[in-house]
Amino acid sequence: MPCMTMSSFWQPVSMRIEGIQTEIDGVFTYDLRFTKSADRTSYHFEPGQFNMLYLPGVGEAAISLSGDRMAESVWRHTVRVAGRVTHTLSRCRVGDTLGVRGPFGQGWPIDAWVGDDIVLVAGGIGLAPMRPVIYEFLRRRAEFGQITLIHGARTPETLLYSTEHAGWERGGIVVQATVDRASSTWRGHQGVVTLLLDRLSIARPQRTHVAMCGPEIMMRYAAISAARRGISDERMWVSLERNMQCAAGLCGHCQLGPMFVCKDGPVFRADRVHSLLAVEAL
Amino acid sequence: MVAPLWLAPKERLQDLIDALRQRQYTVVAPVVDQAAIVYDEIDHIDRLPRGWIDSQAAGHYRLQPTSRDRWFDFVVGPDSWKKYLFPARCVLSTAKPLPDGWQFESAADDSPAYAFLGARACELAAIQVQDRVFLEGPWIDQIYQHRRSRAFIVAVNCTRSGENCFCVSMRTGPACHSGYDLALTETDEGFVVDIGSERGGDLIASLRLPEAPLEKCTAARLSQERAAMQQSKQMATGDLPNLLMTNLEHPRWKDVGDRCLSCTNCTMVCPTCFCCSVDDVTDLNTGAVERQRQWDSCFHEEFSNLNGRPVRNETRSRYRQWLTHKLATWHDQFDTSGCVGCGRCIAWCPVGIDITAEVAALREAPVRCPA
Repeated sequence: MPCMTMSSFWQPVSMRIEGIQTEIDGVFTYDLRFTKSADRTSYHFEPGQFNMLYLPGVGEAAISLSGDRMAESVWRHTVRVAGRVTHTLSRCRVGDTLGVRGPFGQGWPIDAWVGDDIVLVAGGIGLAPMRPVIYEFLRRRAEFGQITLIHGARTPETLLYSTEHAGWERGGIVVQATVDRASSTWRGHQGVVTLLLDRLSIARPQRTHVAMCGPEIMMRYAAISAARRGISDERMWVSLERNMQCAAGLCGHCQLGPMFVCKDGPVFRADRVHSLLAVEAL
Repeated sequence: MVAPLWLAPKERLQDLIDALRQRQYTVVAPVVDQAAIVYDEIDHIDRLPRGWIDSQAAGHYRLQPTSRDRWFDFVVGPDSWKKYLFPARCVLSTAKPLPDGWQFESAADDSPAYAFLGARACELAAIQVQDRVFLEGPWIDQIYQHRRSRAFIVAVNCTRSGENCFCVSMRTGPACHSGYDLALTETDEGFVVDIGSERGGDLIASLRLPEAPLEKCTAARLSQERAAMQQSKQMATGDLPNLLMTNLEHPRWKDVGDRCLSCTNCTMVCPTCFCCSVDDVTDLNTGAVERQRQWDSCFHEEFSNLNGRPVRNETRSRYRQWLTHKLATWHDQFDTSGCVGCGRCIAWCPVGIDITAEVAALREAPVRCPA
């Protein structure tokens, strides 16, 4: 009987949890290392791509890579506890192993932004898939114009990676944070991200790119705000979230009109998805 | 072009089955089971649905005996060859718990090489559609590839159309033009055999058949033309993707959504639907875990779950997803329609929703609300 051994995108490889850091309440960053060094040699990722993290007996979850792509020894994922897989992951300890498939998807088109001004708009956990972009900017700072990060969160305590913000500022990135509900000690902005976007100094809208990641409602209003500032759809980028199971455009779950979010995205130029996102329950 | 051959009397079809079996093929063919014609493994012509035809309509499928000695006068039933090329359930990988952590292993697909006996033109078209889905993207489905690359296809040209057939308007049938190794056309006395591949030619050579007489070839061609003429159902495909995508808020979606039971039958019987989901199955004795893939359907509410809630929370949005995917966005994704005009979704819909009628209704009164 002819027999075939599959070595395909369905096949997870084993990684060991080398470190766990609590970022904020219910959000953890996992440092993963391949248990077999041979698996590592072929692995590199682009900022904005994601992996499927697999806990046998529980399931898989699509989690974006949130570390520095040049840090080759460890692959970093920031995970918010939301469903069964991420809940189980939150009970894992350093030394445990899990399965990883990836990386999948289209990332942020950083090279196409060279020479231009950049506005990153991140809501909540949406900053995680943007952090590799920020690291790339810090490394290649001279190649870009003005770079601004607008980060929104519910409260000051839930601002992600807040201990890194000062370092990013020193590296030449303007960081503006805003919260929905301020505490008595909060000295920063309060309100939705679009308030900051509306007020941002945009010197050359024709050479400004806006990259967004966060709740769809946030991205929709941020896009409206950016459009008012003279930035066209072709220079806005969004990272979308949908149900993903195969990550290869073959299971059908993540479809948005003609798009497979897993394969054609998760990062899309806004003009390609703008009208699709406007249709309810598409 | 090799001249068609003549396989007569019809009982000599057994010689073809034997020749396939000698070459280690597992022969799959139509058989009667549970009051329907389905596909199953056979080794003898006795199991073919000789003398049966199917009566079909929207939400209707019945087998009837026929007075003519016809072996292939039925059309398509609930099965399609998809169940052999893209199995309804299969194991993708296994995870074993070892002292130092999980060990992941790939699963082996030990499927036999199949010979499909009786694939119709619309079904060849469906296989070609799934070829594009599974074999031509950036990621290849290796289970499909493994099964597809070894499959031998003996097609049968339709000499009768069913009430739900609309392959003519989809330009997929009723005659087979490509994608087969051998193609049979049934006449009163025997089968005209067309050779579609070198592999097919090699196999049929072992039967030492004579060339088909001209009048048999003519009779075969006429019966194919008659089947095409019989078709009353049709789908107007002109500008269809654009029509659908500019009518995403059309009131017809609510209308059909109110009738649709979201039962998933249409997607299960569709020969091109490829949606699947993946589950873990744990062996309680060993703790080993199998990752299993199974057919899924965009009509399941949880299919589009995002953070615990469905994106497509109503039946109308799920029907819209299915129909617009099949007839519009499939073109964007795979440069072909996802519909081959086989009519299965019409017959097996418990409330008789007819995809061609839904398209016609949208076409009749477009509202043009652009997406």
